[in-house]
Amino acid sequence: MATLETAPAHEAEHEHAEHQHLGFWRQYVFSTDHKVIGIQYAVTGLLFLLFGFGLVTLMRWQLAYPGRALPWLGKLLGDTRMPGGAMLPEFYNQLGAMHGTIMVFMGVVPLAVGGFGNFVLPLQIGAPDMAFPKINMASYWSYFLGGMTMLASFFVPGGAAQSGWTSYAPLSVIAGQGQTMWLFGMIFLITSSLLGSINFIVTTIQLRANGLSFFRLPFFVWSQLVTSFLLLLAFPPLEAAGVMQLMDRLGGSSFFMPSGLVVSGQVAAYTGGGNPLLWQHLFWFLAHPEVYVLILPAFGIVSEVIANNTRKPLWGYKIMVYSLWFLCFMSFIVWAHHMFFTGMGTTMATFFQTTTMIISIPSVVILSALFLSLWGGSIRFSTPMLFALAFLPMFGIGGLTGLPLGLSAADIPLHDTYYVIGHFHYVVAPGTIFALFAGIYHWFPKATGRKMSERLGKLHFWPSLIFINGIFMPMFILGLAGVSRRLYDGGASYDFAKPVLHWNVFMSISAWGLALAQIPFIINFFMSIKRGEKVGQNPWEATTLEWAAPSPPPHGNFTTAPVAYRGPYEYSVPGHPTDFTPQFLSAQQQATS
Amino acid sequence: MEIPFTVAERPDTGLNNGKIGIWLFLASEVMLFGALFASYLMLRIGATVWPRGDSILNVPLATVNTIVLISSSVTMVMAWASLKRNDFGKFRLFQGLTILAGLCFLGIKYVEYSAKFHHGLLPSKNTFLAIYFTLTGLHGLHVIGGMVVNGYLWGPGAKLWKTDPEHFTNRVENSGLFWHFVDLVWIFLFPVLYLL
Repeated sequence: MATLETAPAHEAEHEHAEHQHLGFWRQYVFSTDHKVIGIQYAVTGLLFLLFGFGLVTLMRWQLAYPGRALPWLGKLLGDTRMPGGAMLPEFYNQLGAMHGTIMVFMGVVPLAVGGFGNFVLPLQIGAPDMAFPKINMASYWSYFLGGMTMLASFFVPGGAAQSGWTSYAPLSVIAGQGQTMWLFGMIFLITSSLLGSINFIVTTIQLRANGLSFFRLPFFVWSQLVTSFLLLLAFPPLEAAGVMQLMDRLGGSSFFMPSGLVVSGQVAAYTGGGNPLLWQHLFWFLAHPEVYVLILPAFGIVSEVIANNTRKPLWGYKIMVYSLWFLCFMSFIVWAHHMFFTGMGTTMATFFQTTTMIISIPSVVILSALFLSLWGGSIRFSTPMLFALAFLPMFGIGGLTGLPLGLSAADIPLHDTYYVIGHFHYVVAPGTIFALFAGIYHWFPKATGRKMSERLGKLHFWPSLIFINGIFMPMFILGLAGVSRRLYDGGASYDFAKPVLHWNVFMSISAWGLALAQIPFIINFFMSIKRGEKVGQNPWEATTLEWAAPSPPPHGNFTTAPVAYRGPYEYSVPGHPTDFTPQFLSAQQQATS
Repeated sequence: MEIPFTVAERPDTGLNNGKIGIWLFLASEVMLFGALFASYLMLRIGATVWPRGDSILNVPLATVNTIVLISSSVTMVMAWASLKRNDFGKFRLFQGLTILAGLCFLGIKYVEYSAKFHHGLLPSKNTFLAIYFTLTGLHGLHVIGGMVVNGYLWGPGAKLWKTDPEHFTNRVENSGLFWHFVDLVWIFLFPVLYLL
């Protein structure tokens, strides 16, 4: 082991000098180093998550106390949004549409794929950088431009997009300028993900270290590889749809405008002949694979954390990999289960509900494998592990509540109710976002050379877990009672909703509590950069290749080119002196250690 | 550490990085144009009336354009083959011809577009014209993109030939792959929009 710890000192200094030579702008802003780009992605993604969450805390005020003026902050937002502090319906719609857009396209995906993928993947495969560093930089800046376009849209006349994150036509076609900004923003984001996904796939195929055959890849790398294929192939149809919607909005065409459409009592000035359903098909052709873009990197992160903290190999690693590919393939032929209500016919509905039931199988396989991996392990209950452990039942709830929605008959009473909101938030919020937190706590030492505080981490975890369930569990109750989503007053104008509406206050208080529970994380994050406990290259006693690099890794990552001698999860191998056998440990080193 | 396999092939995959990258990019382009062709189908099936392409569009001009674009694919291959034969002068010639063919294509497209605009045949007129302008417009943007890259490799980018001829040849090959794809899209566009 000792030979690995001591890198040739002069070489390290040389690298350091070269790094310094680049100057501030090339080193930290327009950097081509995958680690810097990964951190840029992660920090920008975290800020967008915070902002998107901020939008929803405002919405929750309106839902808990419809029409009541919000003290001081309400007045700050001005008369076009909250005159006298009471929220306008138009502003509520903007918040809703932008919350979804920001969380999905500018928060979770950039953090999970752009952040973790960029930082961890090249390290885990023993590569000096991504295959195309300049394209990597372009990918980040395209994402940045897209994000700024979206933010700027709040300030154009009429405000931001307000047709939901799904931007259903024809509503979105006749909406204000914010929608045009939304479409341009999306085109930037799609470009960014295209550049990023090509880079990830080429890097994984080409830059694997010596000895790192495909079935020695950590599961995280597999998850990023499959995710990249989803991004590569599913996003272009949305780009096509975006171009067509731009044509409708700016060129006066009628791709999504039916004949004889009446808006506010007047016949719309479109020639018609288009098909609003076409938008839905193109949108969901992206957006269902997008669900797996949100969840697969989370599976990857959780697998790494669980194997490391149970000190056991993953149970069923190969089956998990096959399941990933099966998910990837199936996710392209389930999209219309979002559209059972559009009158597309029972034959189509039957096809899509069948494929939907089939796609649940590989998800269950992966989740079961992760649960079984816990069996008989001597578990370390560190902060990353707590988040990873919480991910399992939370994602389980999210997944299982999705089954009734995938059956066209059961979907009828549940469609577009709060039940749907509860279902997908369980998948993404206490599911994916918890996994992302696990990843942050897990790889923070690699990125900074210091650990995050365990005490603050637990202070972050437990309240978050309680509050997040306080938000989303009552949504199932509301949904089963028939309360629709996207109601400006939260359902107060419907008599049948009255018996369950008191839950709105409970959910709102939970949401604000969840916001407060993030404070320990923010403090922890910034404090630990400067004051966290210093660590060596492998503080978690992990087995994968990123832990062979110094913490933080220098420009070019490894002091000597790493070689993989074995599979990724050789924990507690009988006869080995320690309970972990790293991939980078050669037989000779193993004999002498 | 240098990034490996930017020029040389990785032994176990038999490919260099750029080659995989460009094929992945083309896969995503297939999905982009595929979505638009699928939209064309759905719109046409749902329409009560749908004009035949040749009743509105100029088929002779488009036929000429098809020939121009196919010829440019041939010169593109010749440009790459010249580099493989170490004949840089021939490369300049054929690459230049490829770019000229692209210009010629855009010129004819401009004549077609301005005739349509002149007669008030705009995307707002009907869905057929809307999909016509969207598909050919997006294709035109791809032609321009391909010409920019080819122009760069013909001009300032050609300096790489002196220092790293293999790397330069690979770049020409990859930009050629893109150019053939753009050509192929037109070969689908032409019958679908103009003849059916």
